[in-house]
Amino acid sequence: MSDTEATSGFEQESVAGETESAATSEPETRFGQPVTYSPGRSGRGSGKDVLSGRGSGKDVRSGRGNGKRVQQVLHPSRDELVDLVRTLRDNEGFRVCVDVTAVDYLVYEAPRDLPPGVEPERFEVVVGLLSHETRERLRLRVQVPAGDPTCPSLFDVHPGTEAPEREVYDMYGIEFTGHPDLTRILMPEDWDGFPLRKDHPVGAIPVQFKGVQNAR
Amino acid sequence: MTTLPTDATARTYEGPQELAPRKGAGAAELMREVGSVLRMSEAEVAAMADADPSEDQTMILNMGPQHPSTHGVLRLMLELEGETVLRSKPVIGYLHTGMEKTGETLTYLQGPTNVTRMDYASPLFNELVFSLATETLLGIDEDIPARAQWIRMLLCELNRMSSHLLFLATNGLDLGAVSMMLFGWREREETLRLLEMITGLRMNHNYIRPGGVAADLPDGWRDGVLRVLDLCAPRLDEYDELLTGQPIYRARLQGVGVITADEAMALGATGPILRSTGVPWDLRKDMPYLFYDQVEFAAVVGSYGDAFDRYAIRLNEVRESMAIVRQVLDALPPGDYRIQDRKVTPPPRARIDESMEALIHHFKIFTEGFKVPEGEVYCAVESPRGELGCYMVSDGSAVPYRMHIRGPSFVNVQALPHMLRGGLIADAVAVISSVDPIMGEVDR
Repeated sequence: MSDTEATSGFEQESVAGETESAATSEPETRFGQPVTYSPGRSGRGSGKDVLSGRGSGKDVRSGRGNGKRVQQVLHPSRDELVDLVRTLRDNEGFRVCVDVTAVDYLVYEAPRDLPPGVEPERFEVVVGLLSHETRERLRLRVQVPAGDPTCPSLFDVHPGTEAPEREVYDMYGIEFTGHPDLTRILMPEDWDGFPLRKDHPVGAIPVQFKGVQNAR
Repeated sequence: MTTLPTDATARTYEGPQELAPRKGAGAAELMREVGSVLRMSEAEVAAMADADPSEDQTMILNMGPQHPSTHGVLRLMLELEGETVLRSKPVIGYLHTGMEKTGETLTYLQGPTNVTRMDYASPLFNELVFSLATETLLGIDEDIPARAQWIRMLLCELNRMSSHLLFLATNGLDLGAVSMMLFGWREREETLRLLEMITGLRMNHNYIRPGGVAADLPDGWRDGVLRVLDLCAPRLDEYDELLTGQPIYRARLQGVGVITADEAMALGATGPILRSTGVPWDLRKDMPYLFYDQVEFAAVVGSYGDAFDRYAIRLNEVRESMAIVRQVLDALPPGDYRIQDRKVTPPPRARIDESMEALIHHFKIFTEGFKVPEGEVYCAVESPRGELGCYMVSDGSAVPYRMHIRGPSFVNVQALPHMLRGGLIADAVAVISSVDPIMGEVDR
């Protein structure tokens, strides 16, 4: 927990600014994981900054200048995911798993925003964690290769991930190993393909109805 | 792929999405439903499964999707022993329209028209969270004019009132208090009329947009708001008289659908469900956005985690919202209602006739939209139902690469089996109602 204290709050925000300028320095880590920062509202005292930060003369266009409200992102591998989430829950206060979702980076044009050492893959499972004690959010981005779209399930740690993981399976075909009931949740049971994948066409698919005896 | 039966009676068959019969599922299904949440061992769950009656003493009953009190097209499969609910499973997806996929083809300016249709009882919150995410990616979230932010707060709190009034109405209806349905609908209509006056539409407003709001407040808005506030205050007291103290109503709700704080957090439940267990977690207070740190209000907290607490929380949140609206009336500063950044904000109509640049910006914004720097962001607001989040990934083009909405109803619905277990089937309606799911947001 000691390194959490040291890197949390305002100190860590200045760290974020420094990494920005000195990109060649060795990768920053937190909880033993490479960490990156996204623009946006982190937890602590974020609302206060809305007024004081205005007109500070920072380059707001870059989307990264607002150092006081960065979002922390960790990049664990698939094998580390469950242990990391369990440690975060038991020792660091991240007791709520808010969200599990995924992104298909198949046709992503821009360079991927990943720290050194993290190999970009087609799919990315995104887990949102929340700590009520420190009022902090933490996001985990897990790379999932297209050839083996599986990811360990967080169900044992956070039972509330049951429905979101089913949704990710339904939409992306990423199988969560250890999930107790991995079935489609939003799409019909006999649907072909995974709709939110980037190679699942929009508008060009035959309308799928089930149980129609003599389709016109 | 699963082979589906072809006869006409099986057209709603959803295969393994449905509740499995006990002999097929047994302790595994029970483990999923109860054991994992309560952190029971497999042996304990097996003992629990043994204590349950065998299959020939239970029946599986299908409730919904066409059932008036399942609030839309929620379908619950209940395993009953007599009148007691044992296992249950929500089957959802009947309203799925692929809005996240649609969102990947709409520009950031068109996006709010899409997301506003998700949670149709509180559309302004969807627009707000979408706009916040877009603005954060653009890096202009600190430059949104104060007036726009206060207007957003005003509209959101009015919307929270109308959403909770709708809950009070349907909660009354579900429990047989039909007069409450009429009263709740009447007051909701007043707030909707006000929203219509300000935004032009009763629902699906598309009023909060990236960069600010669509238009300034119209003439006479202050009188309209004051009228609604003055009208609602005594009527909330009437609801108190009608329902809160009424013995039948209390007997139907107290001790029904109980959930503890640990269970609620394990299941990811937010909003009134989490607060009913005594956890004072309200994003407006704990991770403030807009100017919520500058207004005085209370996070309403329950203590028993039952359906009555959730009713009382929502009733009193209407009062807190009214208090916030009054403070916004005092604090609303003059100024711009949207950011004056020509790359993001369409130019005023009159300028197009005089300025070539205005014409170009107008054309660019409405044909290809504005480009958003690449990156990924998660923003969350406190909707009437809990944490409404938006995860947005941009690849630098004019449409989101990925737009994911974390709907509070979607996550809250999975707490239903836990709350229903051991209760009576007559109470199931009360429990569903107290979760207040909006299926448009569950299925998206």
